[in-house]
This record gives sequence, structure tokens and C-alpha cells, in this order.
Amino acid sequence: MSTVVKEKDKQRSDVILQYLRPRKAMPTVWCAGCGNGIVMSAIIRAVDNLGLSKDNVVMASGIGCSSRMPIYLDFNALHTTHGRALAFATGVKFARPELKVIVVTGDGDALAIGGNHFIHACRRNIDITTVLINNNIYGMTGGQGSPTTPAHAFSTTTPFGNAEKQFDPCGLAQAAGASFVGRGTVYHTPQLEKLIMQAIEHRGFSLVEVISNCHTYFGRLNKQGDAVTMINDFKDRAVPLAKAQKMTPEELKGKYVIGLLHKEEKTEFCDVYDDTVKHLTGGKQA
Amino acid sequence: MAKKERVLIMGNHACVLGAIYAGMRFYAGYPITPSTEVAEGCARELPKIGGRFIQMEDEIGSIAAAIGASISGVKSMTATSGPGYSLMVENIGYAYMTETPVVIINVQRGGPSTGLPTKVSQSDTMQAQWGPHGDNTAIAVAPSTIYETFTETVRAFNLAERFRSPVTILLDEVIGHSRQVVTLPDPGELEIFNRTKPTCPPEEFEAFAMTENLVSPMPAFGDGYRYVCTGLTHDTRGFTTNRPDEIAPKLHKLRHKIVDYKEEIVKLRDEYMDDAEIAFVSYGSVARAALQATSIARKAGAKVGAVQLFTIWPFPDEQIRQLCSRCRKVVVGELNMGQIIHEVRRVLPPDIEVHGLQRFDGEILTPMQLVEKLEEVI
Repeated sequence: MSTVVKEKDKQRSDVILQYLRPRKAMPTVWCAGCGNGIVMSAIIRAVDNLGLSKDNVVMASGIGCSSRMPIYLDFNALHTTHGRALAFATGVKFARPELKVIVVTGDGDALAIGGNHFIHACRRNIDITTVLINNNIYGMTGGQGSPTTPAHAFSTTTPFGNAEKQFDPCGLAQAAGASFVGRGTVYHTPQLEKLIMQAIEHRGFSLVEVISNCHTYFGRLNKQGDAVTMINDFKDRAVPLAKAQKMTPEELKGKYVIGLLHKEEKTEFCDVYDDTVKHLTGGKQA
Repeated sequence: MAKKERVLIMGNHACVLGAIYAGMRFYAGYPITPSTEVAEGCARELPKIGGRFIQMEDEIGSIAAAIGASISGVKSMTATSGPGYSLMVENIGYAYMTETPVVIINVQRGGPSTGLPTKVSQSDTMQAQWGPHGDNTAIAVAPSTIYETFTETVRAFNLAERFRSPVTILLDEVIGHSRQVVTLPDPGELEIFNRTKPTCPPEEFEAFAMTENLVSPMPAFGDGYRYVCTGLTHDTRGFTTNRPDEIAPKLHKLRHKIVDYKEEIVKLRDEYMDDAEIAFVSYGSVARAALQATSIARKAGAKVGAVQLFTIWPFPDEQIRQLCSRCRKVVVGELNMGQIIHEVRRVLPPDIEVHGLQRFDGEILTPMQLVEKLEEVI
């Protein structure tokens, strides 16, 4: 029994190795136990399961811990300025619609400085997959409050408790026009892998929010324990969508609704523009 | 031979036609006066030829999308005016660091801040060099007529591709909005430069290799050369680095790939300079007034000449020094409080007097004002 499990583990880690960038010295910049590694492996498995060519995948990011991911992975890597990944990615996708564009971003990167690009990418419904790793805090700059830091939570810039309210990235994306919205956690890895796969396959703007742990800052400042404790906490606080629909808002307080939250078929930005080009050029170019 | 068509176009539209002539097929922008007609022209013309236009949510997104498109292998540009250019500078710095060709048109207006949307100004000349933080060596060009706007746009794209660098076209509101009848060049008449692509096998590829002329071959995303494109200081493979022995060569490369090949970038025009004792040095719309002032002064018997700068950055030190070597006095006319005059003073020997005529009230410098300045300093 145990040898079978070991063999499976080996195969799973072999898949990961195939996607790490050759000649790149490891380790990563991530703290031990950080959820970023779990998300990275979920993305790798999703891409591998879909059988995408590495040459056709562009991974774009902004600035932050999670935004270092494209540097480690053997895709076309676009590590840009803070908050601007979606704007750069829009240029890549619109210029070369045949490329698969995946944006990896954090809660500060996507929703604070990059908030405007985020809502407009949703509005256009451009075919980009965004994996938003939400750890409720700025990790790279050392634990400052972010747009998803919960009310009253502690950070280095909210030393007396956060006076602001937090964004719900999934609600925001859906309201802004994204045609695929899902949420997972770093505890529920098979589901996360599947969500990311579906998101990449979906034609239109797709958001996968991943609830992740920053035990180094958020966990420590809010007395939530180490990485294992925090990740186990996601298990306890996660509620599948079907179950959540039967719960009252009061019961859902402090919980994470996970799964595919919203999906609709809607015209995609590049497709609509291509139709115009075809019309103007008599079908010769698009 | 068929007679060439003569067209009446405004400067901003000449930018559109010049860019398309140069092979631009991607435009991302955000409306701002007095540059908006560039966006409008691209929105109309690009889809007709299979190109792409996108109106982004702001100027930061516009330059970002243009850079993304260029990295994907499509010649791209954006256009804006002063305040929008200020918003773009961080990502222009990204283009310097990642060595991405992209053209930025700045139809200058008065400032600071929102300033004078519909009034002429040349007050972004220093920003075109010193906008982004950190050491960088900028390329910026400035046309003075509608025809030159077309040809300088073509040249800007060629320079961007040749040097893997962002290039700023500094128009002023008068050039952007005035109309002239021009005869545009036929396809093939002007030389078009395209970026060098790598030919080595992907496993040997180094994205930022130190080549002989310091410009590395550039693949497009999707070509099979997967590399890291990052704004962090990186080594020749694109990997982020903190090592002094890798940081210095990278910055050296960014600077010297341009300054060592200045001869290819610098372009000036000189009129009546052979025996000139006094010279006008100017650019943009002022250069046209200076040319007329020069011929007025010549008719009156004064030995006056004119130097027009097409290349503002890198600054043409040696060329100005050479052209003005026999002059006693130089008059620099500018629509700002004096930006390029300091560069002119810096490059000329101390025995040549440098006088400035600056106008910063939103109006143009007229030929007669330049003539009056001559009479004052003569």
C-alpha cells in the first residue's frame, strides 16, 4: 500500500520538476510553509492536465511574493510593475490571442494598486485567467494592511485593528463582468487544481481566488498560529457553494464559500474585435 | 510614374500614418487633449489593416498594454500629453529595463499638473529624459512640420527596434493640431528597421546576452524562446540578481548601447550656418519660426544661421559644438522656462554667449519675436 502511495507521490513531483525553469537556482523567495508553493503546483498540474505547450503559455505577474511565480516556471514569463500585470497581459493577449495568458497576483497587487485594471479586465471579458492568491496582507513589504485585510484585524499599518472594510474579490469580479469566478483554498488542493483547469479552458475573463496563508505576518500578528494551523483553519472555515446557499448570512460570517461561484457564456473581447476586423477586411485578416 | 497623392492632414494624424507605414499594428491609449486625434485615427485605421486598437482604462494601462504587445512581437505605440506622460513614466522605465521597443507620442501641453490642455508648450523635454527613476538613457525626437511628423514617427520606430528601447516623440500642441498639405512617401521609399530575432537553438538562448553592439536579439512570446522578462535588475538570462558584478554590466549595457551609437540617432538640420556669427538653436514649432527669423535677418544683412534639433535625447553634444564653433552668440528659443538652453550652454565653449528666449504663456514664439531678440543681443 505504502509503496503505491510513494510511487504516486513520485509521479506527482516529477510533473512539477518538468515545469521548473532549467538553470534557475532555487530556492524560491517564499517562506517555508507558504501557500504560494501549493498554488504553483496546482497551476502546473492544471496546465499539464490540459496538455498545453509551454511555448504557448504566458505567465504574467506584478509585484509581491506570489508575483515571483513566473520567474520559477518555464513559461514565457512577464514579471511587471506593481499592480499592472493585467494591463500588460491585456496587451499580450490582444496582440497574440492564440497565447494562453495566466496572471498570478496577490490581494494587494490586484485589488489596491491594480484595482482599476482588475475591474476593467473583468468588464472587457478578455480571455485571461487570473489566479488571485489572497493572504489578507502585504507579505513582501512586511505585513501591511491590504484591501482584503478583515475589519479589526492587525497588520503593521493597522496596529490598533483595521478600521476599513475588506473587498470580496469574487463578488467584485462578477459585478464587474467576469464570466468565470471561483474560489478555492490551499487546503482543498484537488478542487483548486480542477478550478484552475476549468478557468484556463473557459473563453473569457476568469478569476480563481485562492485563500492562502501568510503565517509569517498575518498569522503571527493575529495569533492564528503556524502554517499548518492556518491551513487546517481553511478546512474548517470553507463551505461548498451548494451548502452555503442553504445557510443564512449570519451563519456564513467568517466562512469561505468555495467552488465555482459564477459562470456564464458571454462574448469575449478579442473575438468581438476580430469580427470587426474580418468585416472591414472582407474576411482577409483577423 | 503615377502622380503622388497630396493630402491635407493634421500633425496628430501624420503620427498615425507614419506609425502604420513603419509597421505599427497595436495601439493602446487613453484620451487626453491635445493628443486624442492620434487615438481616434488609430481606432479608425488599424482594424482596416488587421491591426488592433484598445482604449485602456488609464495611461498606466495604456503603456503597459503597448509594452506587452511589443514583447509579443507586434510593433506598438501609445500617445498622450503631459499629465498622461507623467503617469506612464514608471512603465517607460520598465521598457528601458526589459529592453522593449515601444513608441510614446507626447503632444505637449502647458503644465505643471493639468495645466493648459489646448495651449502650446515644450515643457516636457527634460521629463522625456529624466522621467523614469534610476539611470536611463532616453531617446527622444521632435519634428517641426507635418511632413516631418510623419518621417520622424517612422524614424522613432526604427530607433526603437534598432536599439530595443522606448522612444518618445515630442510634439507640441501647434504641430499636433495644425494641418498642412503633404505628399507622403510611397511604401518602400523610407527604410524600415525590424528588431533582430534570435537564430540560436532555444537551449542556448540568453535573453539579454552581451552582444557586440550591446543589443540582444529579441524573440516574441510564443516563438519558443521562453525567457524571464522582468523589471528587476537581471543577468544575461533574465534572472533577477543582486550581484554587483552583474548589476553594473546590465546598467552599462543600457547606457552604452545608445550613447556609443549616437551617430545613428542624432539628426539635425542647419541653415545658413557656414558663415553664421549668430545661430538660433531650437526644435519643434519654434524651429519653424527660427527659420523664418533667420531669412528675415539674412535679408537685412546679418550673418545669422539656424540649427534645428530633430534628436533631443541623447543630446547632440559634438554636433552642436561643431556647427556653432564659428559663432559668437547662440540664441535658444523654447516654449518653457529654459530646459534645453542648459544643455546648449553645457556643450559650447565658454567664449560663445548663449542667450535664451523663453515663452511660457501658452502662446507660440513668433518669427518677429526671435528677430527682436537678435537685435537685442547683437
